[in-house]
Amino acid sequence: MIEPEAAAGREQLIRTLLAEVPDPEIPVLSIVDLGIVRHVRQDLDGRWHVGITPTYSGCPATEVIRIAVRTALDAGGHADAVLEEVLSPPWTSEWLTSAARAKLKAFGIAPPEEPVLSPRRLWDAPLVTCPRCGSRASERVSEFGSTPCKAHYRCSACQEPFDYFKCL
Amino acid sequence: MSARSHAANEPDPAQQQAHFRYVLRLGDTSLVLGQRLGEWVGHAPALEEDLGLANLALDLIGQARLLLTYAGELEGRGRDEDALAFLRDAPEFANLTLAEQPNGDFGQTIVRQWLLDAWQLEIYEGLLGSADTRLGAIAAKAVKETRYHHRFSSGWLMRLGDGTQESHDRVQGALDSLWRFSAELFAADDVDERMQAAAIAPAPMELAARWSARIDEDLRAATLKRPAAQPYPWHGRRGVHTEHLGHMLTEMQHLQRTYPGVRW
Repeated sequence: MIEPEAAAGREQLIRTLLAEVPDPEIPVLSIVDLGIVRHVRQDLDGRWHVGITPTYSGCPATEVIRIAVRTALDAGGHADAVLEEVLSPPWTSEWLTSAARAKLKAFGIAPPEEPVLSPRRLWDAPLVTCPRCGSRASERVSEFGSTPCKAHYRCSACQEPFDYFKCL
Repeated sequence: MSARSHAANEPDPAQQQAHFRYVLRLGDTSLVLGQRLGEWVGHAPALEEDLGLANLALDLIGQARLLLTYAGELEGRGRDEDALAFLRDAPEFANLTLAEQPNGDFGQTIVRQWLLDAWQLEIYEGLLGSADTRLGAIAAKAVKETRYHHRFSSGWLMRLGDGTQESHDRVQGALDSLWRFSAELFAADDVDERMQAAAIAPAPMELAARWSARIDEDLRAATLKRPAAQPYPWHGRRGVHTEHLGHMLTEMQHLQRTYPGVRW
């Protein structure tokens, strides 16, 4: 028999632990902020399962995150918990929490925006607000930036280059 | 029901083999194309395009890992993604012949990429409703990335095609020389027919029509001409490759060939 109260307590402990695992590329965000943690649950045999999903198929951080989660679980006394990869439903940038959006902006990365398309219609580049000066006058330099999840933009008002976290 | 049908609990070896081959072909095409794009790192015409090509390569190799891991499980001989990527020689690779063609100039790389991005878009969209839920899940993830890839490659196709006389002539030349390999993209064989019959894969003929329409639309915008169909002697998906794949593999597999079994 699993005690429901003890189970809820254990789940909370694991979730608190996971909320402290940072994303290796954008360390101001935790993997919970990013929406990578898909489930923390107990099966009928009492074993705990932690499900995480990759952002992009080729994101090199995925491997690092897996190791970091395993290490955190082991160190937190949950060495018996099973770490599993979840592919479906596929990760979307809509899973970023509102806290994550604010943290991204403070870090200098424009959070994903609803695609209001540029009037220039240059391959449907979305209009992105500059995270530094707040101007909407920005242009896309490259669809692909420093990591798979980011595009490279430049602000036309303050002239600063910045990363834009893409909608996926 | 056909005479081929088997009881649910009795696996059909020919069907299992076809399933393995189908997933292997997809995985090998992504892996080989990803490796080719990786050869651009540090050599692209501008930093932004260098990053762009490297990002595409990462997505493709990520997709290849998911597909080859699954293929290894379907095969049931204990081969994982690494064994399939690094311990096979060219005739055992089942990628589309187009994917292994050398990078050439930037225009040639863009044409190869665009033809295959448009192909992957149709394949992955077609796999979304697959009876094989694992393959459907991989496709659902990959299709979102592939939309970005197609936007990148079709965007460059338009800039180069509708650019200067020099850029126009170069991409038209690349298209003329690579076009013959497009005959293989939707050529159905026994593997495709079995997968289609089992509702695992979409019908190649339907995909071909949609691919062709997308290609014509992009070509119009890029002011390029669609070449005439040409005879096609290679079948990379069946292991009959151009000489280029072997050279590419010697580099990709260099470490395993020099120090067999070495671990990172």
